[in-house]
Amino acid sequence: MGASSAPFSVSAQGKNPRILKGGKAMTQATAVHEAPKSFIRRYIFSTDHKVIGLQYLFLAMAAVAIGIVLSLYMRLRLAWPTERWPLLGKLFPNAMAGGTISPEFYLSLVTMHGTIMVFFVLTTAPLGGFGNYFLPIQVGAHDMAFPVLNMLSFWVTLAGFLVLMAAFFVSGGAPISGWTAYAPLSAVGEIAGPGLGMGQNLWILSIALFCIASLLGALNFITTTLNLRTKGMAMTRLPLTVWAWFTTAVLALLAFPVLLAGGILLLLDRVAGTSFFVPGGLIVSDKILPHKGGSPLLWQHLFWFFGHPEVYIAILPGMGITSHVLSTFARKPIFGYRAMVTAIFAIGLLGFLVWGHHMFVSGMSPYSAIAFSLLTLSIGVPSAIKTFNWLATLYKARIHFTVPMLFALGFVSIFVTGGLSGIVLGQTSLDIPMHDTYFVVAHFHLIMGVAAIFGIFAGTYYWFPKIFGRMMNDALGKLHFWLTFIGIYAIFIPMHILGIAGHPRRYAETAGFDFLTPLQPIHVFITIAALITAGAQLLFFFNFFWSIWKGKKAEMNPWRATTLEWTIPSPPPHDNFGPQTPVVHRGPYEYSVPGAAEDYLLQTAPPAPTKS
Amino acid sequence: MGFALALVIGVITLGTVVLFAGRFWWFPEAISEHGPSIDRQFMLTLTIIGIAFILAQATLAFFIVRYRRQGEGRASYWHDSPRLEALWTTITAVVFLSLAVLGQRVWAKLHLNAPPPGALQVEVTAQQFVWNIRYPGPDGKFGRTRTELINDVDNPVGLDFTDPAAQDDIVTVNQMAIPVNRDIHVILRSKDVIHSFWVPPLRMKQDAVPGLAINIHFKAVKTGQFEIACAELCGLTHHRMRGFLLVLSEPEFERWLQQRASP
Amino acid sequence: MRIGKSPLVLVLTLAALSLQCGKKEEVGEAPKEEGAAPAVAYQPTGDEGTITGVVNFTGQPPQRRRIQMDADPVCAQKNPSALSEDVIVNNGKLQNVFVYVKSGLEKYSFSVPSEEPVLDQNGCMYRPRVLGVMAGQNLKIITSDPTNHNIHPTPKNNPEWNVNQPPGSEPIIRSFPRPEVMIPVKCNQHPWMRAYVGVLRHPFHAVSREDGSFEIKGLPPGEYEIEAWHERYGAQVAKVTVGAKETKQIEFTYAAGQAYRPGSLRLMPALVLPCCEKTMARAAK
Repeated sequence: MGASSAPFSVSAQGKNPRILKGGKAMTQATAVHEAPKSFIRRYIFSTDHKVIGLQYLFLAMAAVAIGIVLSLYMRLRLAWPTERWPLLGKLFPNAMAGGTISPEFYLSLVTMHGTIMVFFVLTTAPLGGFGNYFLPIQVGAHDMAFPVLNMLSFWVTLAGFLVLMAAFFVSGGAPISGWTAYAPLSAVGEIAGPGLGMGQNLWILSIALFCIASLLGALNFITTTLNLRTKGMAMTRLPLTVWAWFTTAVLALLAFPVLLAGGILLLLDRVAGTSFFVPGGLIVSDKILPHKGGSPLLWQHLFWFFGHPEVYIAILPGMGITSHVLSTFARKPIFGYRAMVTAIFAIGLLGFLVWGHHMFVSGMSPYSAIAFSLLTLSIGVPSAIKTFNWLATLYKARIHFTVPMLFALGFVSIFVTGGLSGIVLGQTSLDIPMHDTYFVVAHFHLIMGVAAIFGIFAGTYYWFPKIFGRMMNDALGKLHFWLTFIGIYAIFIPMHILGIAGHPRRYAETAGFDFLTPLQPIHVFITIAALITAGAQLLFFFNFFWSIWKGKKAEMNPWRATTLEWTIPSPPPHDNFGPQTPVVHRGPYEYSVPGAAEDYLLQTAPPAPTKS
Repeated sequence: MGFALALVIGVITLGTVVLFAGRFWWFPEAISEHGPSIDRQFMLTLTIIGIAFILAQATLAFFIVRYRRQGEGRASYWHDSPRLEALWTTITAVVFLSLAVLGQRVWAKLHLNAPPPGALQVEVTAQQFVWNIRYPGPDGKFGRTRTELINDVDNPVGLDFTDPAAQDDIVTVNQMAIPVNRDIHVILRSKDVIHSFWVPPLRMKQDAVPGLAINIHFKAVKTGQFEIACAELCGLTHHRMRGFLLVLSEPEFERWLQQRASP
Repeated sequence: MRIGKSPLVLVLTLAALSLQCGKKEEVGEAPKEEGAAPAVAYQPTGDEGTITGVVNFTGQPPQRRRIQMDADPVCAQKNPSALSEDVIVNNGKLQNVFVYVKSGLEKYSFSVPSEEPVLDQNGCMYRPRVLGVMAGQNLKIITSDPTNHNIHPTPKNNPEWNVNQPPGSEPIIRSFPRPEVMIPVKCNQHPWMRAYVGVLRHPFHAVSREDGSFEIKGLPPGEYEIEAWHERYGAQVAKVTVGAKETKQIEFTYAAGQAYRPGSLRLMPALVLPCCEKTMARAAK
C-alpha cells in the first residue's frame, strides 16, 4: 500500500502511513502501529481517538462539576434571596462581596451555567467523548479518518472552555445576557449592564472556538463512518450509537457554521461599529447609540437555526446509547431497527425546520409561526416512534437490571415526560402564556439536559469496563441511580407548575411581584431537591475515580454484548484491532437468536446455520 | 430491582398527576376575552398528554416487572412488526397534528386579524426597567415624538410639543389603565433592548423589540388591578420590571385619564 | 510535532490575552494625573485659607413639580408628596450648586481622604442630590428604601457600572478613578431619580446649602479659578487669590432666564479607536 497513491494521507507519527480510500469499506491490514513512546505524544497531544475521547470526557466532567456548582448557587439565591453565604462567596470574591448573590451575579450564573452545560457538557461528552472513543471501534476502524484534525478539535475545544472561564475574572465579570445572548442586550456593551463588556466578548470568542472545534470533529465523524467501515459493516449493520453520532455530526456540520457566522457578526457589532443586530435610534440609559438598520430578530433566527439542531446534537447520542444499552440488557434485538434509523434521520431533518418555535412571541410573522408550529408537532411523531420501539424492545424481554440498564430505562421515562410538555409549547396559542416561563425551563431541562445526562451515565457505566479494564462499583452505581432519578423528577416536575402560574424564567427572586410571592415554597422545595441530587453526583465521581484504580477487573465482554468493541481487550490496544481487521457478518443486536448456542451473537461471529 | 423501579415510576407518575390535577398552584383566573379559549386548549392538551404520560410510564413499569430476568429461558426474538409500527405512527401523527391545528385557533384570532375599528389605542414603550404608557388624549391622535427630546425625568417618550397632537398626549410610567369590555390596541415598542409584555391573567405575552412597532389587541372582561411583568431577559433588574394594568369601568377610566391629563 | 504545538501556542496566547485584559482594567483603577509638571505631594503648613460664599438666584424660579411615584407603589407610599429637585431656590438663594477649585492646584497632589461620603437612597430620591469626592476616594452608597434600586453612574471618562441594591443590602462602596465634573447617577427603575457626583483630583469642593451658602476650607495660599456648576443653569467661573490664613468671600449669581436643558442624552461614537478617540469625540459634538 503506497501512501503516494492515496488521495489523502496523514502521517500519525511520521513513520506509519495511514491511508484513506474513497471507496466503501476498507481494510487496513498493514496498519500495525505502535503507541507513541513519549508521555506528551501519548497522553497530551495524542492523535489516538481513544485518548482524545477520554480527554473530551474529562473536560466534560470538569465542566459538569462547575456547571452543577453554578446551578446550586442559583438555586440558593432563588430559595433564600437575602441570605448571606460568606463561605460560598470565597469562590467569587468580586461578584459576591458580602456573601450575597446579587441579582446581576445570578444572571451571570444563569448565562455561564447554560453555556457550560449546553456546549461543554451535553455536546462534549456524548459526541466528543463517547463518539470519539467508540465510533471508530464500532465500525471496525483503527482510528479516526483525520487523527490530527481530531487532536486539534479537542485542543480548540479546551481553549474555548478556558476563554469562557476567563469571563469570570475580567472586569465586570461574566455576561448576564443568558446563553442565548439576545441582541441588542448582548450587542451594545457595558452600558446595558455588568458583564456585557469584556465578559461578553470572551463569551463570543469561546463560542466561536467551540464552533470551529465542532466542525473539525463533525468532518471526522462523517468521513470515518462513511469511509472507514470494516469489511462486512454495511450501513444497515451499524449499531444505533453510530447512526446517532453520524446524524449528530451531520447536524453539527450544518448548524455550527451558522452560529459561528452569527457570533462573528455580533462581535463586529460590539467592537467594529457595525449594525447587524442593532437597529437605529436606540437609547440605552440616556445614550443615543450610533447604530443604524440592524435587526434584533436576525440574531434570534441565526441563533435558533443553530440552537434547535443543537438540542438534537445533545440528545441524539443519548438516544443511540439508550437503544444500544436497552437491547443489550433486554437480551433482545432492538425493535424496528430500520424505523429507529429513519426516526433518527427524521428528527435530524425536522430539527432544522422548527427553530421558529422559539420565536412565536418575538414579533416574527404570525403566519410563519403557524408553519413552525405544525412542523414542531410533527417532530413528535419520530420521537414517539422511538419511544414505542424502546417499549416494544422490552416486550417479552429478559431484563438484566445492571446500572447502565437502569439509566437507560430512566432515560425512556424522562424522555417521555420531557417530550410530552413539548406538545404544549409547540402550539402557538399555548406558547403565549408558556413562553419564557419555568414551564420551558422544566421542558428543556428534562428533554435536553437530564435525558441526555442519563444517556451519558448509561454510556459511562456501560463502557467503563472497556475503557479502563475494570468494573464500576455496582452498589454505588445503583444508589447513584436511585437518588438521581427521584431527585430529577423532584426538581423539574414542580417547575412546570411554576410556569403554569406564570413565573418568568431568569428572575433572580419572586419578591418583586405579588403573583410570584405565593410560589416561593416551590422554589425552596426545588432547591432542597437540587442540593440532594447534586450531592448524589459525588457518589458518581467517587465511584468513577475509585474504580479506575480499585475496581474489579473486567473481562473482555462483561455484558455479553454483540458489537465490535467487545471483541477486543479492555482497555483496547493503541490500534484497536491490531493486525486482525474484524470482518462483520451480522447486524448489531443479535440477542436471543433462536438456535444459537449463546443468547448473543457477536457481529464478528461467522455465519452459522441460523439465519442472520 | 424490577419491582422497586416499577414502584418508583408508579409513584412519580401518580405524584405528577396529583400535582397537575390538584391545581394547588395554577393559572390566575383569565380576565381577557380570549383567555378561556387558551385555557380550554391547554386543558385539552394537558388531558391528552396526561393520558399519554400515564400510558407510557405504566407500560414501562409493567414491562419492567413482567419481563425482568426470572427462571430459565430466553427473551423473544421479536424485532419487527410493520403493521404495529404503521398503526402507532398513524395514531401519533393524527393526534399531534390535530392538536397543532386546534392550537392555531386562538392564535389566528389574536394575530391574523387587525385590531377591530374603534379599539382604544395605547402605546407601550419599554425601557430598562420601566414601562412607559402613552394615550393619544382627547384628539385620538398620537403626537410626534423625536428621539433627541427623550428625557427620562419628564419626557420619557420624547414628545415634540410643537406638534399640536402631542400636547394632549398622556404619558405615565408603569401605570396602564384600560376600560373593561372594550377592544384595546397596544402598540409595543422598546427604547433599548428586547423586553416582553406579559400579563398572566390577560393570557397575553408579546416581545417589545427595539426598532419595531408591534401591534397586539385584546379585550379585558373583568375589572381589577393586575401586574405587568417583563418576560424577556433585559438586564440586571429584569426581575423587578413591574408595571400595573388597571382594568376600570368606562366612567372610572375616563376619570383616571382626566386625572392624568392635569397632574 | 509541528502541528502538535499549535494548539498549545493558541492556548497560551489566549491565556496571555485574557490576563492582559484583566491588567488593563486594573490600570484604570489608579487615579490619573493630568497636570503637565510633576505634582508635589502637598504638606499642610498651617497657612491654609478658606473660601466662603453664597449662590444667588434672581428672577422667578421655576415651580417645583409633583413627582408621580406610582410607577413603584413602595415609593409612592413612602414619599407621597415628592417634589422635583432639579431647581431649589429659597429666598433668592440657589441650592445644590457644586462649587470647586477648577485650576490653581496643579503643582500639588493630595492624599485621598479616608472618610467616605454617603449617598443615601431614601424615599426613592438621592440624598444628597449633589456631592463631590476625590478620584480614588470611596463613595458609600446605602439604601433606606424597602424597594430595589439600581445605581447606575453614566460617566464619560470613568468606567461605567450598574449594580442592584435590594432592600436591606449592605452598603456599596465604590470609587471613581479619574476626575470628572459631573457624573450623573441614575436608577433605571425610578426614572425621576438623579444625583450628580463631582470627581476631582483634589479635595476642595463644596455644595451650596439650603441658604445658598458654601465653604471650602484648608486651601493652600494661591490664585484660583473657582467654578460653580448647576445641573440646569450651567457653570460660572470666579477668580480669587487666597493669602495665608485668609478667608475670601465670593458670590455667584444665576438668573431665571438662563435655564437650559442640558440634554440628558449623549451621542455615542460609533467606534472608538485608541488612536483617534479625540477626533471622534470632536466629530460627535
